[in-house]
Amino acid sequence: MDIKKILKGNRSQFGIVLIVAFLLPVFVSSASAKHIMILVLLYIILSLGLEVALGITDLFSLCHAAFYGMGAYVSALLSINLGWSFWATLPVAAICAGAFGLLIGLPALRTNGDYLAIATLGFGEIFRLILVNGGDFTRGPRGLTGIARPELFGLDFTNKNVYYYIILAVTVLIFFIVYNIPRTFFGRALMAIRDDEDAAGFMGIQISKYKVSAFAISGLIAGIAGAFYAHYICYISPDTFVYNDSITILTMVLIGGGGTVIGPVIGAIMLTVLPELLRSFVEYRMLIYGLVVVVMMQIRPMGILGHLNIRVPYLESLRKNLKSAGKKGEEV
Amino acid sequence: MVLQIIVNGLTMGGVYALIALGYSMVYGSLRFINFAHGDVYMWGACFGLIFARIGDIPFPIALLLTMICTGLLGVAVEFLAYRRLRNVPRVIVTASALGASIVLSNLARVVVGAETYSVPAFFETKYFMVGDLVLNSLQFVLLGCSIVLMLFLNWFISKSKYGKAIRATSENMDVTSLMGINTNKIISVTFFIGSSLAGAAGLLVGIYYDAVYSTMGYMAGMKAFTAAILGGIGSIPGAMLGSMILGQIESFGTTYISSSMGPAIAFAVLIIVLLVKPTGLFGAGDAHSNRV
Repeated sequence: MDIKKILKGNRSQFGIVLIVAFLLPVFVSSASAKHIMILVLLYIILSLGLEVALGITDLFSLCHAAFYGMGAYVSALLSINLGWSFWATLPVAAICAGAFGLLIGLPALRTNGDYLAIATLGFGEIFRLILVNGGDFTRGPRGLTGIARPELFGLDFTNKNVYYYIILAVTVLIFFIVYNIPRTFFGRALMAIRDDEDAAGFMGIQISKYKVSAFAISGLIAGIAGAFYAHYICYISPDTFVYNDSITILTMVLIGGGGTVIGPVIGAIMLTVLPELLRSFVEYRMLIYGLVVVVMMQIRPMGILGHLNIRVPYLESLRKNLKSAGKKGEEV
Repeated sequence: MVLQIIVNGLTMGGVYALIALGYSMVYGSLRFINFAHGDVYMWGACFGLIFARIGDIPFPIALLLTMICTGLLGVAVEFLAYRRLRNVPRVIVTASALGASIVLSNLARVVVGAETYSVPAFFETKYFMVGDLVLNSLQFVLLGCSIVLMLFLNWFISKSKYGKAIRATSENMDVTSLMGINTNKIISVTFFIGSSLAGAAGLLVGIYYDAVYSTMGYMAGMKAFTAAILGGIGSIPGAMLGSMILGQIESFGTTYISSSMGPAIAFAVLIIVLLVKPTGLFGAGDAHSNRV
């Protein structure tokens, strides 16, 4: 199976995937399978968020679960304490998580690579400990219960299909936003920083501004997923947003192929479905999961779609020109 | 009271130092955070538990066996999960390390079990009262073992032929291999030493707290890594000093601030160090700046 060929007809491929995703609930009747489908969508959103920071900009973030948790907690607290509707809490949660990303992005200016990973890991852990020790406000390790379900046009939100379609719509929207980031000036600046920070700086890109923005966008997207999660499960606790979840999302992005946008989606689907398939081997489930991660890193270190850059139209034509120029040179 | 806190801090500092050395040595030569190291430490405790259950094994032999087992475990992890990934971005190696960490901790769940186990005693614990100070023989054993092991390591790294090769490898791997040194072998030796020290720490902590569980590696590993960064990563005396400082900070922090926020204190220290002086206490100078 040649991945390049599959991706060539991008539009029709996306169309097929969308139709399949749209029709899936019709053929799947079991509630647990639908639950997994919704989780897959949430993890796709999360890994797309991380893709902005890790894949496109190469900011090694290990606190994505904290952004996710920030969104979930803000949305849940507003809904419980102030009685806001879900649709009002969603933007606030996203903005709060984005602001949190901005705050965490600041050390990114001083540290690089592994050091950034470890600093973000520290932030994630501090966030969790604040939730656990938050007293009456966050209700500590017991978490928040009785989060209201969303309301919209009298739709029945106890039905999983409704959730599925709404989250699918959001996922598709976010996918196309993230997919198009590398085609904008902003995205090119991020990729320039990823490829060579010094050179990007010399070209007049304000590195600090772009790095922090990448973190903020990453947090914002994770916040959206968090708000949906809180109002879907209707119960959240600090245990949901720990280091392990950050690692899960990180491995989703890297197994799929960071920087390819489509890769993280594939990774998210794979690594959400895999543990569910292994449900019957409860004891060995995480063991197999870890083995899959290690083995995948050995056989395809750059991810399933690695070495395959996003098709940027300008670069594509440039590559063709270079190729034809090379051929001419050989002929002469 | 203050003296008691200092003694507790010293004890934990010794443990962190044993673990931190492994992080520091690996980071020094391969430049990535070996997230599986904390789980190797946890395996040290598991091996200790296994040997203690067998019974009739004297403590020094059990310690030695544990160190050999965890050392080999570390070598195996390096061989299987990192060796092929020498020329890829470090984030990939780190992801492989995260995967290895998941494998190791869940392997312990399968082999040893998912609960918290108490370790059958290797020797009787005696308590000493010096004024208000309560000391127990475990603290002496813990601190004694870590000091002896650290002194041995210091001698090994600075004087022995392998130590010289390890230092050369961490300075520049390509040039070292041009000098006819099998760098892969040296990296295996590095992993063996680092992992066996972590294993010793695991065994000692398992006995000290009388608790062994499959997730004990994460927090200890993170704290030890903080200590390694605090001291200046890649520097062995730095890792020792950083661990002692972190042990004290944590000991005072949990007593005077909040016991449940203990880990947060360690992480706050970590973030402050990263922001203010990412090279750590001993990591200064031009020779080290390219490591960061």
